[in-house]
Amino acid sequence: MQSIIQVKGLTKSFKNLTAVKDLSFTVHEGDVYGFLGQNGAGKSTTIRMLLTLIEPTAGSIELFGMPLHTHRTEILRQIGAVIEKPDVYKYLSAIDNLRIFARLSGLKPTDQQLMQQLEMVGLAERAKDIVKTFSQGMKQRLGIAVALIHDPKLIILDEPTNGLDPQGIADIRNLIRHLSRDLNKTILVSSHLLNEIEQIATRVLIIDKGTKLVEGAAAELFDPAQTLVELETLNNDAALIQLQQSKWSANLQPRRTGTLLIKLHRNQIPDLHKDLAGMQIPVLSMQPRHSLEDYFLQVTSAQHAHTH
Amino acid sequence: MRTLINIELYKIFKRPRTYIAFAAITALIVLIQFGLKIDGQTYVDFMLNDIGSTLEIDGNVLNGYLVCYIMLQLLLVHVPLLIALIAADMISGEANMGTLRILLSKPYSRTSFMLAKFIASTIYTLLLLVWLAFLALFVSMWVFGTDDMFLMKSSYVVLLKENDVFWRYIGAFLFASLAMTTVAALGFFLSVFAENSIGPIVATMSVIIFLTILSTMNIPVFNTIKPYLFTTHMISWKEFFDIQVTESNEAILGSIQNKDRILHSAIVLIIHIIVFVSAAIVVFKKKDILS
Repeated sequence: MQSIIQVKGLTKSFKNLTAVKDLSFTVHEGDVYGFLGQNGAGKSTTIRMLLTLIEPTAGSIELFGMPLHTHRTEILRQIGAVIEKPDVYKYLSAIDNLRIFARLSGLKPTDQQLMQQLEMVGLAERAKDIVKTFSQGMKQRLGIAVALIHDPKLIILDEPTNGLDPQGIADIRNLIRHLSRDLNKTILVSSHLLNEIEQIATRVLIIDKGTKLVEGAAAELFDPAQTLVELETLNNDAALIQLQQSKWSANLQPRRTGTLLIKLHRNQIPDLHKDLAGMQIPVLSMQPRHSLEDYFLQVTSAQHAHTH
Repeated sequence: MRTLINIELYKIFKRPRTYIAFAAITALIVLIQFGLKIDGQTYVDFMLNDIGSTLEIDGNVLNGYLVCYIMLQLLLVHVPLLIALIAADMISGEANMGTLRILLSKPYSRTSFMLAKFIASTIYTLLLLVWLAFLALFVSMWVFGTDDMFLMKSSYVVLLKENDVFWRYIGAFLFASLAMTTVAALGFFLSVFAENSIGPIVATMSVIIFLTILSTMNIPVFNTIKPYLFTTHMISWKEFFDIQVTESNEAILGSIQNKDRILHSAIVLIIHIIVFVSAAIVVFKKKDILS
């Protein structure tokens, strides 16, 4: 499989900070590559280096098999990107923005073609409205239309769901699926939300403080056997005693807050439900935890355990 | 490159801010023309107060040519602010809006972007001066008529024949274009360092005011640096209205008293433009885009 992005030993240091440190990863053709990390982990800095907005301090970047520093123009012609916020010209209409960026990509699209593009992101009805009047979600969709106008092979989306409501997030997720499955695009999508990436990515890279924590196939990383369920009951201490005396005692995890944590296979969740009812434990809430923080804790604690 | 320039011009002329400059110039010129039309004779009497007893002057003194000269003296001090509004916003405005990162991830070199932006801001500057010329010269010629042009210099007077004036205005406006392009280049250079528009606009005006004061103050310690300041040379458009005279003190039609000074000033301004734009490109090419 052809590698679309190949990064080796990438480092970026600012005056008092090393934002990215010796980072290496590969994105293959057709991947939906989830780039995960908490805010400030170095995701945006890495993406900006891929787009030549920031000069790396060390390391090499190859895209489409060509070194970025010698084939910049040729490479950028094949990339569409939304970097952090989807900023466009607020005093122009959606269709004018799209036209400008199409021209910048060397295209001269007709109004009909521009409208088709806006239709794909659900903005056809607002085509002639000034962007200043758009909601965050609409701006995000316009940003994606701008990124896709020149039919790029590689699409880079940096935190595309930031500031969106649940419907907006679902729309973006569906669009990414459509681009990957139907149009065979390679997509690099960054996020600090694990469950967002979990739903769409085929491969995942997790970074923290500019360094790689883990990289691999999403199905392997997000192991359903390691699902962590957070349980809140009317009396957590009493429930803990009851659970310690049940078949679930081995699944109980150390508590970090007042709630109870149970590690189990995702398929066991209905059984747990049933047993809790049987034990007459009054449950207030029960939900699988998907926060990146938890995942980091799992990964880093595993790494520490391995080191010691 | 042509595509980039067209896009930059499109963006400039789609922004409401662009038309502030055109509206401001229109308002100022119309106001001055109105004032001079209503009470111009008082202004002329005041101007001729010192020489009125020794020189008899007839004809239409307050004609369109003189009115245009008066306005250029007044306005060419303020036009830099209007130019800075656009030129100093060219890079910083994009950084502020967040569009710089999208632009620079497109398949063009940063040098091409910078040159396109500078050329577009220069075209805006030239259009502003064409508008200024249209209102200040042509409308004044229509409203006040034409005649010989009578100018009071610091220690002498200049009388230019009616048929010897118009080409001087063409020269003066061309020179003013060069001077204002220098202002645009300065604003453009400063815009590279900021991520908001206000900073570079204020900085551009501050530099111009500071250097203009240095250029006009007659203090010996500053005299050595004056020839190197672009502000010293920005007012050389006035040289087009100084005429050579024969030994018998008769004006030589079509002549300019100090052609070399105009040429020298033009060269100094061109060097400043090249330095400002080159420096802007060098700095920008090395800049990490964090906006």
